[in-house]
Amino acid sequence: MADPILRLEGVHTHIGQYHILQGVDFEVPRGELTVLLGRNGAGKTTTLRTIMGLWKPSRGRVVFDGQDIGGRDTPDIAQGGIAYVPEAMGIFADLTVRENMILAARDGAPDQARLDWIFSFFPALKKFWSLAAGHLSGGQKQMLSIARAVVEPRRLILIDEPTKGIAPAIIENMIRAFQDLKRSDTTILLVEQNFRFASMLGDGVVVMDDGRIVHRDRMAALAGDPAAQTRLLGLSLDAHQ
Amino acid sequence: MLRTLLSDDLPKSRVLSVLLLVVFVGLAVAPFAFPGAQAINTAARICVFIVLVASYDLLLGYTGIVSFAHTMFYGIGAYGVGLSLFALGGGWGAIGLGLLVALVVGVALAFAIGLFSLRVRAIFYAMITLAVASAFAILASQLSEITGGEDGRSFRVPEILRPGFRLFAEPVLGLDISGRVVTYYLVFLAALALFLMMLRVVNSPFGRVLQAIRENDFRAEALGYRTVYYRTAANCLAAAVAVLAGCLNALWLRYTGPAVTLSLEIMLDILLMVVIGGMGTLYGAVIGATLFILAQNYLQKLMGAASAATKGIPLLPQLLHPDRWLLWLGVLFVLSVYFFPTGIVGRLRRKA
Amino acid sequence: MTSAADDTGLPRVKLDYLPALLVPGLMIVAAPLIGSGSTWATLTVAGLAMGMMIFIIASGLTLVFGLMDVLNFGHGAFISIGAYLALIVVVPLAPWFAADSLPLNLAGLLLAILVAMAGSGALGYAFERVLIMPVYGQHLKQILITMGGLIVAEQMIHVVWGAQQVAMPLPTAFRGAITFGDIAVEKYRLIAVCIGLVVFGAMFLVLNRTKIGLLIRAGVENGEMVEALGYRIRRLFVGVFVAGSALAGLGGVMWAFYRETLTANIGGEVMIMVFIVIIIGGLGSVGGCFLGALLVALTANYTAFLAPKVALGSNILLMVLVLMWRPMGLYPVAKR
Repeated sequence: MADPILRLEGVHTHIGQYHILQGVDFEVPRGELTVLLGRNGAGKTTTLRTIMGLWKPSRGRVVFDGQDIGGRDTPDIAQGGIAYVPEAMGIFADLTVRENMILAARDGAPDQARLDWIFSFFPALKKFWSLAAGHLSGGQKQMLSIARAVVEPRRLILIDEPTKGIAPAIIENMIRAFQDLKRSDTTILLVEQNFRFASMLGDGVVVMDDGRIVHRDRMAALAGDPAAQTRLLGLSLDAHQ
Repeated sequence: MLRTLLSDDLPKSRVLSVLLLVVFVGLAVAPFAFPGAQAINTAARICVFIVLVASYDLLLGYTGIVSFAHTMFYGIGAYGVGLSLFALGGGWGAIGLGLLVALVVGVALAFAIGLFSLRVRAIFYAMITLAVASAFAILASQLSEITGGEDGRSFRVPEILRPGFRLFAEPVLGLDISGRVVTYYLVFLAALALFLMMLRVVNSPFGRVLQAIRENDFRAEALGYRTVYYRTAANCLAAAVAVLAGCLNALWLRYTGPAVTLSLEIMLDILLMVVIGGMGTLYGAVIGATLFILAQNYLQKLMGAASAATKGIPLLPQLLHPDRWLLWLGVLFVLSVYFFPTGIVGRLRRKA
Repeated sequence: MTSAADDTGLPRVKLDYLPALLVPGLMIVAAPLIGSGSTWATLTVAGLAMGMMIFIIASGLTLVFGLMDVLNFGHGAFISIGAYLALIVVVPLAPWFAADSLPLNLAGLLLAILVAMAGSGALGYAFERVLIMPVYGQHLKQILITMGGLIVAEQMIHVVWGAQQVAMPLPTAFRGAITFGDIAVEKYRLIAVCIGLVVFGAMFLVLNRTKIGLLIRAGVENGEMVEALGYRIRRLFVGVFVAGSALAGLGGVMWAFYRETLTANIGGEVMIMVFIVIIIGGLGSVGGCFLGALLVALTANYTAFLAPKVALGSNILLMVLVLMWRPMGLYPVAKR
């Protein structure tokens, strides 16, 4: 695949005295959904935060659309077209759902057609439009966090464990939403522990361990190879399925 | 022997060792070497401030707590002994009673403030201590029937400490050993003992836990140290030493008032001495206090002369007026926090 | 967290109104202690006026802390500088202030306020760039440096305007009192209350109805996410810092007219109450700051009448009580 939208080359990240990422290399091809798998503490969240500029890489390059964005400020990276759905969801509890969406729509008021499209997957957001987001349930907060990332077309969306602690019915809606996003040629990098969810959506898959990439594959290949799954993901699969 | 006295915490820099030795010897022989009232006053002030600044460093440098209430404890000590001597006459019993009451009040107050605000949020501490200390200062000047208000109280000290007293009939090494000299050595020895005691504390396991807390709150908590407990203990200890420094000050001055104990200006002096000398090392307190007080005594005169000399030039005389001493202190303070965060001692040790 | 919850009605939202009840509660409790109704009314209006001024000063500080975790001990400098800058207008235009003409008085006052706000806002910008920016994220240094900045600013006032007290007479039209029956209310206090309400209203509108305001509120809660959405929190912060400094300048002018005298430590005096107010309110909360300011000022006025010697201690007692009830202040700000 020529010219991926995002390419990490030998990225190292230190947090304080801890050396978390120890040379991460992988690519996110355009228009695909790439899943980043790995056990807890493997460095997945740090990878996303490094791409987003929330941690600065100490070595290596983060190439987004041909430009090295490593070390740039977070707002610049966001304005370059990367959206971020953090693990803690990062919703503004004191603001209403509507106000959260207004802030997410950088270019002005949210587009009504786009909103209707979002509501078709996450109807609760429409219902609670004028409610302070802090009063939403955990699943609704997750919907809002994802909705914020897609309120305007973005070139790359980073999503950190959206299914964590979320009810199955909502996960089904999420799957539909992501499939729809994929059809609209949106590129997504998804960190996930839920392998069933990941395997239903992923085109490519990257597995991390101890701050390094240990495996790159097509999702279909990994999904059809239980031995590789056990070897690469071992405990994490048992714990989550 | 020396190693034990210094609790194995050696200066670790040749220049620093020499400086400390000069200060020590200078203070030890001050009444003999530098005759005159101003010199001995300066020396006594340096002794008191070394203790006061070192106790503040226990908080700021070793524990990472910013308190603006240190002068309050200093004042409690000074007022405790001063008011007791004022009310009961100049006896040792009055000093003992005043000391005891001041210690109890000071430590109890430190305990209350510490337990309360350190539990709430560390950042509150600076604000809460500032508020409490200002309230205390205003209270002290308002309750004038007891404290003498803004004028403060002058009082008599025990016979042996009075200026008219002569310990020996004959001068020793050409100096009459008056009550003032006796008082000076009382202050000097008490300051030395308190300093060595603090040196012991910071090098004890307790002191190491404090430093661990300063470096990383969460990790210390995770290691099983109750950080609030340790911080409160450090707070009480620092307060107790400040109370004692206040007592020494009252004995030396034979006077107690808000301007010499409670004012914000003294709090700033302490901050500056800690920062200039070097935070997180008690030797910094020695260097900082000595340099600062010498500069204060002699530079203010220089400023007066400079102000007079620049008469006629706009603004410059006002800027150089001795009353604007605090302006230059403030500038110096900001600059030293930026450029010398480790202070003189930190600089000297890095070179070594 | 079940999907069924999405289909039931709106979640039950509990409005946290208890802190707001404290203000009328305090007024009611004070009434029988004071006895005389007219004295009570006078003290209450005085307390409200003072509370509004403290709120104007404190609101910027609490937002500055909420946005960037910056604790500015030098905030008092903007109060003093604002008040002294007003002298630039008050002294040469003294006839305007002395004239028995409401429009002239008002024009003079407005001009003084404008100069004070512009000046203290500009000083705030310099303060942020020179002193605070190099020490972002380092609390210890922030406290020390801003304290140093405060000293330098106060001393510079001495250098420029001299150390002696300056008279700051009220404009003629605002002197004296309006009487309702046997209740006398000083005119200037009413004006202070009005200005305070206008500022509070304007701030409320900005924070709730504009995108900048939404960004400020979002930034207080989670600055990192605001950046991840593509906004520069530092630029926002500088804006809030300058606005907060300008408001402190406004508060300083009002305070100086209130006391009718001016000394360089006017800022330091008020700051003690300001710190208590923002702690009581919950650091970062504008609503909490408003309530806290009213509570502190009312308590100060009531106790100044009931037990003048302990008036200052009463505010510390109030703070202790509030924090025992809510350790993070009346309206704690949800942090990440």
